[in-house]
Amino acid sequence: MITLIRKVRLATPDGLTAGELLVQDGKIADFGASLGNPDGAEIVEAHGAILCPGLVDMRASLGEPGYEYRETIATAAQAAAAGGITSIAVLPDTKPAIDDPALVRFIRARGEEIGTVSLIPYAAATRGCKGEELAEYGLLKAEGAVAFTDGRKAVASIRLMRNALAYASGFGARIVQHPEDPGLATGGAVTSGARATMMGLPGIPAAAEAIMVARDIRLAELTGGAVHFAHITTAEACGLIRQAKDKGLHVTCDTAPPYFDLNETAIGDFRTYAKFSPPLRVEADRLGILAALADGTIDAIASDHQPRDADDKRLPFAEASSGGAGLATLLAVTLAQVQAGTLGMIQALALLTEKPAKWLGLDAGVLRKNAAADLCLFHPERSWLVEAGKLPGKAQNTPFDGRALEGQVLGTWKAGRRVFG
Amino acid sequence: MTNRHLLGIQGLNPPAITSLLDLAENYVLLNRSGKTQRDLLRGRTLINLFFEDSTRTRTSFELAGKRLGADVINMSVSTSSVTKGETLLDTAATLNAMNCDLLVVRHNQSGAPALLAQKVDASVINAGDGTHEHPTQALLDALTIRRRKGRLDGLTIAICGDIAHSRVARSNMLLLSMMGNHVRVIAPPTLMPAEIGALGVSVYNDMAKGLAGADIVMALRLQKERMNTGLIPSEREFFAFYGLNAEKLSHAKPDALVMHPGPMNRGVEIDSAVADDAVRSVIKEQVEMGVAVRMAVLDTLARGTI
Repeated sequence: MITLIRKVRLATPDGLTAGELLVQDGKIADFGASLGNPDGAEIVEAHGAILCPGLVDMRASLGEPGYEYRETIATAAQAAAAGGITSIAVLPDTKPAIDDPALVRFIRARGEEIGTVSLIPYAAATRGCKGEELAEYGLLKAEGAVAFTDGRKAVASIRLMRNALAYASGFGARIVQHPEDPGLATGGAVTSGARATMMGLPGIPAAAEAIMVARDIRLAELTGGAVHFAHITTAEACGLIRQAKDKGLHVTCDTAPPYFDLNETAIGDFRTYAKFSPPLRVEADRLGILAALADGTIDAIASDHQPRDADDKRLPFAEASSGGAGLATLLAVTLAQVQAGTLGMIQALALLTEKPAKWLGLDAGVLRKNAAADLCLFHPERSWLVEAGKLPGKAQNTPFDGRALEGQVLGTWKAGRRVFG
Repeated sequence: MTNRHLLGIQGLNPPAITSLLDLAENYVLLNRSGKTQRDLLRGRTLINLFFEDSTRTRTSFELAGKRLGADVINMSVSTSSVTKGETLLDTAATLNAMNCDLLVVRHNQSGAPALLAQKVDASVINAGDGTHEHPTQALLDALTIRRRKGRLDGLTIAICGDIAHSRVARSNMLLLSMMGNHVRVIAPPTLMPAEIGALGVSVYNDMAKGLAGADIVMALRLQKERMNTGLIPSEREFFAFYGLNAEKLSHAKPDALVMHPGPMNRGVEIDSAVADDAVRSVIKEQVEMGVAVRMAVLDTLARGTI
């Protein structure tokens, strides 16, 4: 099958250029200013929309296995396709945790079975994500585990973290850390400060993040291991990571849209849909995250997708589950920073495609001849309304309910097959 | 103002507070005269929904409702016996089916009454939620102060003890600051919530300094379980440095009043000699004001909005 996508603006590392792109046999056959009229090609007229590589989401939780009432891999794949996402790195803190080679295989196989999105499994950093014993990094990696993490739980023990970093380095593998010191964070519901005090909610100090980040940077230096900090939320942690990178340590990090688009005020009157882990921070931290995105300290933007159902959320705030659905809104919330002038279009797209793909070691994220045709076609100015209850997929727990966002996905292709639009 | 519920002092303004206190004042006189107003809430149903044990607040609301002629029903729900949260919304559905008019809620989780208010048809009155607010306590404290001092502005009011875990402290800080008083909070740093100074109160860790020149001294109940979580080392140390006794009280103005929301831990946050001081302690009067203030709140919400 041949598809010619015409009148697009092609997003390449060099910039946006008007042109066309030809898909043949699931691959990008060619792209350029004008490709003529190939025989038998299905023509897609794009009217000046932007065609970029399919988004690579470097961290999401899917409901499977164990939390199918929240979401299945199939429904998550629908949301991903609607969000222009063609690859997802999947967290291992499921029920059971992905701590066995067979489970790593299971996740990959579920992705292949569905066919609209590649699933790249993380495996547990510790058995059962319990923080007690190391998981089998070598065997897990051989089955396709991309890195090791306990998901939404920090590897708390400093001794275990040291061993994890050292042992993983022998396999050239990274440890992904949830950057919160549990001694300071456990029991907390919101970021510490005047708002937490007034609402009578237990606070988590921003220092809980900086302390864990500082500790693990030092451990990376000690062991020569590679650490990645997931969903960084504070300006202070960004500063520490910036310094570590300047020193040449193997330190990387990502953040997620809620942390650069929202601040603690989104909680309003005990709004549990704005409850996150780590929590939404103060405005100064949000601005710090934006600065770190702009200067390249932050390596990628992940959806941080955490499906929850209404019963998980309709509880008193401290008892409600944290996390938000993020697949369908990943692109548009990021593009809001392009409209605001904080990020350039190519820079923003690189944080969603090229950079996470490189981090994950995927042959994806850049438009390249003969690469798999994983593509996202979107209109940067067309606006749409985020409505909880009407989002694609099953999980509806968005913190962006009621927001009008500019940047609408018009089409998504996975290996040349149109999976959305 | 147009609040159908009373979820906190936050959301009220000075005129609304003043009119509630004025109305409560009338009920003080009425209660003392022995007359009742049993026609005001006749045919209305008031449900006391308590997820946390409380004898005095529940009794106070019960009495207030009965004096106004409402049908009062007490429901105590143990949070441990049922799955949390599910109960809350299931309960809301049940209450709607019962056509309850006024719902008084106490819950151990901050924000639980606000969640219920979204789901029930009744007017919700927060009778204490977690470490968030306890608005009727702040109103009754304000009424007590206003009656004794003749005003509710320009006073220096020191709140001392476990500020971090006190909903009474939060509601009082809000109300008393809003009315134009100087509010001080005094606690060991581990019992002081983060960035509390941002709320316009002065922060002290030393009782002598914090009480100096105060018109009103409010002691707060210390929850004994705080000792187990490493926030303070012992009761005796707490009493030595933060327990309100005659010596510490001597730093306040000679006519300073002593208040406590009850129930008291004698010998922990307050010394019996101070608590029972017939001249300075207004702790019993607070209880009397509680009934009057709750009558005013029920009356106002039954008629419309605050």
